[in-house]
Amino acid sequence: MTSRPAPCFVAAFLILWCAMGAFATSNGAWLANVPQRERERVNPYRDQPDALAAGRRIFLDHCAHCHGKDAEGTEKRPFLKSSRVQQEATDGDLHWLLVNGNRSQGMPSWVKLGDPQIWQVICSVKSLH
Amino acid sequence: MAKKVLTSFMRAAWARTVCAALLLVGMVLSSCLQCHAQEYPYFVTYSQEMEEPGNLDIEWFNAAGNPPGGNRFMGSDVEFEYGLKAWWTTEFYLDGQATQNDSTIFTGFRWENRFRPLAREHWINPVLYAEFEDISADKSLREIVGHDGRYDFLVPNGLAHMNKERELELKLILGSNLRGWNISENFIGEKNFAGDPWEFGYAFAASRPLQLAASAHECSFCAEKFQAGVEMYGGLGDTDGFGLRLTSQYLGPTVNWTAPNGMTVAFSPQFGLNGYSIPVLYRFSVSYEFQQFFSHFHRSGQ
Repeated sequence: MTSRPAPCFVAAFLILWCAMGAFATSNGAWLANVPQRERERVNPYRDQPDALAAGRRIFLDHCAHCHGKDAEGTEKRPFLKSSRVQQEATDGDLHWLLVNGNRSQGMPSWVKLGDPQIWQVICSVKSLH
Repeated sequence: MAKKVLTSFMRAAWARTVCAALLLVGMVLSSCLQCHAQEYPYFVTYSQEMEEPGNLDIEWFNAAGNPPGGNRFMGSDVEFEYGLKAWWTTEFYLDGQATQNDSTIFTGFRWENRFRPLAREHWINPVLYAEFEDISADKSLREIVGHDGRYDFLVPNGLAHMNKERELELKLILGSNLRGWNISENFIGEKNFAGDPWEFGYAFAASRPLQLAASAHECSFCAEKFQAGVEMYGGLGDTDGFGLRLTSQYLGPTVNWTAPNGMTVAFSPQFGLNGYSIPVLYRFSVSYEFQQFFSHFHRSGQ
């Protein structure tokens, strides 16, 4: 029996390609986009010295090249000791940002690190103020 | 006597490949003291993860096998993967292979681009993949489509090299992250510009780090440095005959280890599931990631 799945495959590919248009229009105001339940999430590693040390290692491995070793920011990447990150954003907000990224602004998703490492790096970032 | 000659040929081919890899490793380590990778241990399957913008990942992939009635082979490719944007990754591959009792040849190149259409993470995250390849006598087995099978590996390199394959390959990559697991599925469609029918294939993989939380102190062999999983892939026929009939299928465990200097090494024995497949493939890879690659040149020029 002969089947012809190729047109369907190409059509699906083109439809998904077009969805990129919607993505391209997304803005960088990530903090306003965080759902309330995400914002209220509690960091299970908060105030744990080991988590702070582990988070510092993760930060140096994955974040420092863009944000600077002391989170001082670089030419195109933000300073992480800002009041926005240190006071306005909750741990839950930062977790949401690290999971989802802010791709239109160049921030990738770090979901591949897994939840425990994401929370650990948040401990480190929040200790910088 | 003949066996001795064959063995020395294979040793020479392996020695050349290993020397090339060591050279690559030396170049990388001498120019980049801080290079880090966080890779899934997949050889055929693509996950939804993109390269971070500005990062260059160099990977050396190998597949070795012994098709019944044919000669042992090792297919290799060197891959240069660069993150252009957080939603756009481009890759360039150089392919080659060595076959016992035959020759060692350059088999061609591939150029691929991956696009992530959705801005946020979802239960299932799609990625669109488009690749142009210009190859012949390829044995790196980076994907299985159509009726690819062990009989393709019985053709001598001299003959197989004459059959140029210029192809467009499209993939729909779906990936999910759930409780530390990554689960990825690829649906592949490939079209040869010579007018052959569309060929189809699939790949599926799942993996998880052995430990999710990072240790407070640097360590080389702690569980967080290892990822283990399983990978399965195979052909799905073509437009003249879609399905599993006369296709090769493979399944195997896979594991990787990330060294403290950022080098990632992966290994997987993969087993043919039917008589159309090569009985066992041994895959291994080495990869490095240069973070913010071009900024190194920028800074050194100042």
